[in-house]
Amino acid sequence: MSTEFSKAELERYSRHLIIPEFNIEGQRKLKEAKVLIIGSGGLGSPLLLYLAAAGVGTLGIVDFDVVDESNLQRQVLFSVADVGKPKVEAAAVRIKALNPHINVVTYNTQFTSSNAKEIVRDYDIIADGTDNFPTRYLVNDVCVLMNKVNVYGSIYRFEGQVSVFNYTDKDGKIGPNYRDLFPSPPPPGLVPSCAEGGVIGVLPGIIGTLQANEVIKVISGIGETLSGRLFLLDAATFETRTLKVHRNPENPLNGANPTQSELIDYEQFCGLKTTEKQEALKVKEIDVHALAQLRENGTDFQLIDVREPYEYAIAHINGELMPLSSISEFSSKIDQTKKVVIHCKSGIRSAKAIKELEENFGFENLYNLKGGIRAWAQEVDHDLPLY
Amino acid sequence: MATLLIPTPLRKFTENQAQFNSNGTSVKEVIDDLILSHAGLKPHLLDADGNIRSFVRIYVKDEDIQVLQKEHTKVEEDTLISIIPAIAGGSY
Repeated sequence: MSTEFSKAELERYSRHLIIPEFNIEGQRKLKEAKVLIIGSGGLGSPLLLYLAAAGVGTLGIVDFDVVDESNLQRQVLFSVADVGKPKVEAAAVRIKALNPHINVVTYNTQFTSSNAKEIVRDYDIIADGTDNFPTRYLVNDVCVLMNKVNVYGSIYRFEGQVSVFNYTDKDGKIGPNYRDLFPSPPPPGLVPSCAEGGVIGVLPGIIGTLQANEVIKVISGIGETLSGRLFLLDAATFETRTLKVHRNPENPLNGANPTQSELIDYEQFCGLKTTEKQEALKVKEIDVHALAQLRENGTDFQLIDVREPYEYAIAHINGELMPLSSISEFSSKIDQTKKVVIHCKSGIRSAKAIKELEENFGFENLYNLKGGIRAWAQEVDHDLPLY
Repeated sequence: MATLLIPTPLRKFTENQAQFNSNGTSVKEVIDDLILSHAGLKPHLLDADGNIRSFVRIYVKDEDIQVLQKEHTKVEEDTLISIIPAIAGGSY
């Protein structure tokens, strides 16, 4: 791509060109830059929209997902008409419409240890818009191993974090990375489950926009990046803090004695190997069709819903509400003799509830509804909202 | 009293309280005090040996206690202590 500007481009970017310290040189750096956005969801939406609008010359987008109705609450890249389409395709159409002067490259695939190096190779800066620990550690590690800047943003409910990792400053000094801050992820049992997750829709808009600002600062060299600092926002209280982040000599990638020179299995690193998960939660199961049959036959059984009341308010199948967090307190209300079917949203919490009840109270008549209320909505009752 | 800020993911163990005040004079005393009041927090902050877990950082003002005196870092009446958790987004 030429680094000359057309008349249309000069007019389009005029508000940048008249900032004295930015000027046409800053715009040229943007046009020459190649930025990879991993995840085109809540964080990826504002990142892509603002970086495209600003004139970053090449934008890469990695995502394997398709647009879902429940994405539209925060993923402002997409419209109702995009539901069901691959995210990278819908995203590319939208940002090309926003700025036809830039180059968009799409990767409709999961970002994994086997393709990460190949994908990031051609880019200068990586923006992390992912939503899970294994991919966050993968993004971090590939950036450190391939010497790329990682513009990090993360969100949870009302809470957001932003930083710039693995940034080499003007003196050639490399800043901290994600593993300096958090050497290892929380084990799966300790992290918030699907019931406790959720995010206020505006928050990724704020955090993703701050990431876009950091990307532009890294490219243009203007201002001071968040390298060595972690910005925190609590959108509920409007508490903001900027904390210092230091290199950790024990960092396995680039500490005093590095022990890791290749990408690893990040599912395993995060304790998320499916087989281990399944083994830990092995309980008797029943599928949604068998449950429908029980109802149709008028069989005498008890149906228990271990989700939270606010989830029950979204959709329910007339189960008795006994949230997992206090399931033991409900044990006397659970029948010991007849068949008892327990469900949650997707089957994980109900399996945990069954484990707890079996271990502490000796129940032998509990069955986990496979796939939870989601499977019921997908396979039995299509009028039930999916959430 | 030193003030400890509780991050969102841990507030379910503090009855949704975003702050905790303690008369403790070191980070360790404040954390012990916090766990005494909210026992459910313990596995999220400390490992079996009582060390701060690797997926949370404790800050005194804007500095990581790891580069201060770790859990023995002194705190004053008006010190702000923060617990910073690893958060990943919507999937977990």
